[in-house]
Amino acid sequence: MSALTLKNLDISYGDTKVVHGVNLDVPEGESFALVGESGSGKSTILRAIAGLAPEWTGEISVLGKPRTHGVDRNVSRTVQMVFQDPYGSLHPRKTIDSALSEPLAIHGIGNRGERVEAVLKQVGLDQRFRFRFPHQLSGGQRQRVAIARALMLEPKVLLLDEPTSALDVSVQAEILNLLKRLRREQNLTFLMVTHNLPVVSFLCDRLAVMRHGKIVEIADVAQLKQGDLKEPYSRELLAATAA
Amino acid sequence: MSSPLLEVENLRVSFPTHSGRVEVVKGLSFTLGRERLGIVGESGSGKSMTGRSILKLIRKPGEVTADKLRFEGIDILDQNEKQMRAIRGARISMVMQDPKFSLNPVMTVGEQIAEALVTHQRLGRKEVQQRILDMLVAVRINDPERVAKLYPHEVSGGMGQRIMIAMMLIPEPELLIADEPTSALDVSVQAQVLDIIDDLVTRKGMGLILISHDLALVSRYCDRILVMNAGRVVEECAAGQLDKAQHPYTRGLLAAMPVIDETRDELPVLDRTQWAGT
Repeated sequence: MSALTLKNLDISYGDTKVVHGVNLDVPEGESFALVGESGSGKSTILRAIAGLAPEWTGEISVLGKPRTHGVDRNVSRTVQMVFQDPYGSLHPRKTIDSALSEPLAIHGIGNRGERVEAVLKQVGLDQRFRFRFPHQLSGGQRQRVAIARALMLEPKVLLLDEPTSALDVSVQAEILNLLKRLRREQNLTFLMVTHNLPVVSFLCDRLAVMRHGKIVEIADVAQLKQGDLKEPYSRELLAATAA
Repeated sequence: MSSPLLEVENLRVSFPTHSGRVEVVKGLSFTLGRERLGIVGESGSGKSMTGRSILKLIRKPGEVTADKLRFEGIDILDQNEKQMRAIRGARISMVMQDPKFSLNPVMTVGEQIAEALVTHQRLGRKEVQQRILDMLVAVRINDPERVAKLYPHEVSGGMGQRIMIAMMLIPEPELLIADEPTSALDVSVQAQVLDIIDDLVTRKGMGLILISHDLALVSRYCDRILVMNAGRVVEECAAGQLDKAQHPYTRGLLAAMPVIDETRDELPVLDRTQWAGT
């Protein structure tokens, strides 16, 4: 079954249309990348799926069920998002424990203490971090917390918006390994936005190259590895990375 | 090449904490001629602090000491603030990481570039205007008259960074320190910005210190590389020799980067306990 299906998706911010007629189908268990330059609309697609960019037309389906425009609890249970900047995405005055418990409280799920303990273990954070504040953690540790928060509701799909671009290379390696392991263990589907092609090569199965709000090419990661992208713009991106 | 442009010997930068002073740069030494030097390291390795201490930009309670910190024979540590202002910008300048936070939001691009110039030189208005337009062309801005009238929020990140470079290079300094000049930019724009820096630096025979966490990028644009970890230089090598790096930290950093034709199932991760410190 498809984890995510987008049909003729247009997304606007006010009067400006930023995504034009995107069609995409991500099967369950796949790791799919959206690549392209800033302003190409790749993050906007993630935001629309997560419900943060409600001005869209067309169709967004999650696990076969069409998504409504408003806040949708069922979608939140199945789709969660991890943001780029671990310094900005955690509430500075909430402990890790309360940040991780909040989604459980909203969805009326009990057994919170145990669930928080379990998820910290999954993302490789020691229990002693549980009652600390974000400023007491390093960038890599915060991104682990952000991933842990996304996993609290046991979603099927993770939307990853540049999850490692704010991190050092060695920390990036840790987070990429973590994401790969979690996907294997929990059979997650990833839709990841990035402009780092080597990261796509490591973590993804397919990619879509976007420009000016449109998808210009969808390719297999094997094509990327062999440098076998068809569209001139994709080749340009590849050249900028490989140079 | 006669005497070196910059000589640094046993540079130490420390900050007070609850448990005594902590040294973030621990005895760094290097000399720089009219060449391109890359300083690579992770967050907290002290690379930015090194750049800042050369410009004497570390404020109290931070403390900078060195056996020698000389720029063209001038002892930087001996200069007072007024003397430093004559050096900063005019002779040594610095490009910061993020154009969004480093440009003045209420001044037009042209005014800001002019300010950098007239602070250090007395020039007629027409000449200033001409120099600004020339400089904008030099950083490959196509429509300089229009761009000079824009405010920083009206330009893209890549253009903002080129404006920063224009501002830093217009007084024609002898040394440019670029602290992560492209990490806020897209991959496709990164190369453009670095090509511009590279071109201008080579053409004017300036010295360049490029500070970055990106090993690949530094090896592409520099002649020589210092790899820093926890306030110390762990390795120094010619840029072309990076793949032959010896130190386990450098090797670890290189291995941790995914490559475009990645076949590894898991990326090797640095074992931080191996190098005590941060």
